[in-house]
Amino acid sequence: MTGTLQASSGAPYARILGVGGYRPRRVVDNAEICTMIDSTDEWIRTRSGIVERRWAAPDETVAMMAGEAARKAIQRSGVEAGQIDCVIVSTVSHLHQTPAVAPLIAYDVGAASAAAFDISAACAGFCYATAMADAMIRSGAATYVLAIGVERLSDLTDRSDRGTAFIFADGAGAAVIGPSDVPAIGPVVWGSDGEKAPTIYQTQGWDEVVGPHGEAREGEPRFPTLRMAGRDVFKWASYTVAEKAREALQRSGIAPEELDAFIPHQANDRITTAMTRTLGLPDDVVVGRDIVHQGNTSAASIPLAIEALYEEGAVRSGQTALIIGFGAGLVYAGQVVVLP
Amino acid sequence: MATTEEIRAKLAEIVNQVAGVSADDVQLDKSFTDDLDVDSLSMVEIIVAVEDEFDVEVPDEEAKNLRTVGDAVAYIERARA
Repeated sequence: MTGTLQASSGAPYARILGVGGYRPRRVVDNAEICTMIDSTDEWIRTRSGIVERRWAAPDETVAMMAGEAARKAIQRSGVEAGQIDCVIVSTVSHLHQTPAVAPLIAYDVGAASAAAFDISAACAGFCYATAMADAMIRSGAATYVLAIGVERLSDLTDRSDRGTAFIFADGAGAAVIGPSDVPAIGPVVWGSDGEKAPTIYQTQGWDEVVGPHGEAREGEPRFPTLRMAGRDVFKWASYTVAEKAREALQRSGIAPEELDAFIPHQANDRITTAMTRTLGLPDDVVVGRDIVHQGNTSAASIPLAIEALYEEGAVRSGQTALIIGFGAGLVYAGQVVVLP
Repeated sequence: MATTEEIRAKLAEIVNQVAGVSADDVQLDKSFTDDLDVDSLSMVEIIVAVEDEFDVEVPDEEAKNLRTVGDAVAYIERARA
């Protein structure tokens, strides 16, 4: 064999070209939550900032919500669906282990032959997918990537658990990421801390609630649910993750006073406030607080929060935003992006 | 070496910054939760700020025992001794 193997080469830089979201129709307010857990509207608001959240109806499946968000993102990006050559879906609540939901979504939105796969990076998923898309575009592995975060966490929520029932919610957010002549996605700062895996966890493995032939095990709940050691997560996010956000900002070369928006994963508004304080961002930096009306939608929360800030007129195209996702794993990823 | 009053005053500043409680109300006999209305998440923030400010470590099992401002001041004094 004497031939020379060719390697791919891609665009000099990548950028987010369009963002879209899907918010389920049904609004669940704190009064309704308080019929399931012993709590009050005031307690929920002061501990989390959440006033209301949305829970999906049976027809608002993971694939349906992702498809709707993706269509909006594609339309806003100006890219034809057929140009998309990779679809990355981050979700922990697509209840089929296989096949991945990404190929189905790719087909649904008209990117039928795109490479398509799911990733599991919980609430950091959107930033993980953004980092992967950036690298793929610059390497030439893809030209236009559809990155989606979608969750139906209400399926995995124990509605009698006082610590989580008011937090988790459903929705989808998508971004089309493509080539750019100028830098528009900064270096990713990401990592994991598996030692802290037990702080956000699934109560049981599926094999513990369902027998080998699909039969429900005697006396077990139908589904595993998600649990959280709230204080430990709060401390980790507010300090350790905030330091990672600071590093992402430093590595981007954007000075704190040049930053336009800080849009962290919408885990808990108290975490957002504590992170903002740890980071010491100037007061005029716009801070994403979509959690107030949306709850914690895990991988979907950052693109949903970006969309909400556009709708409020709080941010505009060309501005810089520091985004950071963090969650079960524990995992985190953050980067500075130019808003589309 | 800082006096008890100096430690209390610094702690009062932290409690004020984190939880918005008037620094004058942060007296040794006051309970964080019952008198000052400091909730569990603010307590986490206060403890992290205390560790930073006083260069001490407050393990989680110790943090649970800091019921009053006096408990916290005494812990800081012991940890710095």
